[in-house]
Amino acid sequence: MTRKIPSPFAMAETQPFWDAARQGRFMIPICTACDRTHWYPRAICPFCASDKVRWRDASGRGTIYTFSVMRRVKEPYIIAHVTLAEGPTMLTNIVDCDAETLRIGQPVTIVFKQAENGQPVPMFTPT
Amino acid sequence: MTVKGKAYIAGAFEHPTRLAPDKSVAQLHAEVALGALADAGLTREDVDGFFCSGDAPGPGPAPMAEYMNLRLRHLDSVELGGTSYVALAAHAAQAIALGKCDVALVTLAGRPRSEGMATGTAPRPRDPNQPEAPWEAPYAITTTNGYAMCAMRHMYEYGTTSEQLAWVRVAASHHAQHNPHAMLPEIVSVEDVVNSPLIADPLHRLDCCVISDGGGALVIVRPEIAKALKRPLVKIIGTGEAVKHLTGGTFDLTTSGAAQAGPIAFAEAAVTPADIKYASIYDSFTITVVIQLEDLGFCAKGAGGKFVADGNLISGVGKLPFNTDGGGLCNNHPANRGSMTKVIEAVRQLRGEAHPAVQVKNCDLALAQGTGFQLATRHGSATLIMERE
Repeated sequence: MTRKIPSPFAMAETQPFWDAARQGRFMIPICTACDRTHWYPRAICPFCASDKVRWRDASGRGTIYTFSVMRRVKEPYIIAHVTLAEGPTMLTNIVDCDAETLRIGQPVTIVFKQAENGQPVPMFTPT
Repeated sequence: MTVKGKAYIAGAFEHPTRLAPDKSVAQLHAEVALGALADAGLTREDVDGFFCSGDAPGPGPAPMAEYMNLRLRHLDSVELGGTSYVALAAHAAQAIALGKCDVALVTLAGRPRSEGMATGTAPRPRDPNQPEAPWEAPYAITTTNGYAMCAMRHMYEYGTTSEQLAWVRVAASHHAQHNPHAMLPEIVSVEDVVNSPLIADPLHRLDCCVISDGGGALVIVRPEIAKALKRPLVKIIGTGEAVKHLTGGTFDLTTSGAAQAGPIAFAEAAVTPADIKYASIYDSFTITVVIQLEDLGFCAKGAGGKFVADGNLISGVGKLPFNTDGGGLCNNHPANRGSMTKVIEAVRQLRGEAHPAVQVKNCDLALAQGTGFQLATRHGSATLIMERE
């Protein structure tokens, strides 16, 4: 992929996620009060409103919930929602693949791609 | 407490321009305001409540109140994207019901066409404090590829086809041919739509609404004032609003906030979808119409593709005449916000002032439905049900 990836905005609330990503680790938040994982990451659990949210390593595996190939731009790319093996569904890009063979339900695996500021950003590629 | 019967839409005006390089946004707001007041038979001095959204040169309503030199006792600004004006009409009715104002002015205007905005295919600028910003900005979600993801999932779950979606555009074009102000008045076929270039799979160019300059305004008043004016009586009888979002990562993109807003409005109005004679349905994209029609109960979830096919939305042909001005797909989508024109065309229908070729007979009950922001992440939804008295 050649598209320049906009750098994610820094936010103290979720800095541990980006620090881990720099080490090649994909973490997701889990609430230790209700034992549920969620996405997008929050300091306050969206399900039970507890502040006992911790980070845990995720498998990096998921399936495509839906996707779309953005064609009318200089560098086409694929936007997608991927349902993680741990439960929540996350917005992402599908990369390093043949867009014409993608399908909903297809298994995908995490891959990090560098944003413009060098920050690794989680994306997915067909398993 | 209900707003049912407590407020009437006395004035409605759609700016005739679709390209306004020589006007300011504030000027367009003032022009539509004066147009709606003239339509009602009222003057600027009668306005004591002002309602606007993020398209008004802000912050909030104060700069436009000053520009128009309004003397106000009630102000309201809500930001629900393109559906803000359906919600603001409801808020105006609420304020009137509470005695907070007598004559409410709601305005919309903008010039994305003159300003050359890449409205649908480039990511919108973000405030870094938006909590979703880090999790969306890197992936370049845009208006078009977001709605396209909803269409893709709808096709996967329900077998909806590109040809069925195309019928929404075909119906809109059949109406637009009678509108002298429509940006795209040419009739198109299903083949024209599915053979137009793919923008973001599975949405083609003709699945997408136009980009236009212009605007519109509403004047909403107390019942006694409406009855003293010379215009047909259009009464607000039901309103609903909702926001639908990603819910911690557990969501279904084939359903919109209309599934919440619609039933609230129908319950307040004490009518059912089968009673509605005309429906204005926000048509940012063809898929937006299909999903909202299902959510409002005009057909079962998943049956929307079949429902819109074969001309069912064409006035005089199908069972549910929709967007008889040509909608956002063919007529006008001023400021990238399509729900003001939805209310305006519903008012025309209820007054019997739509174009004779598309006027629905005995149109005494109409609905306007809007969806604002991004269907694939978080969006506002608002429903307005109106009755001809």
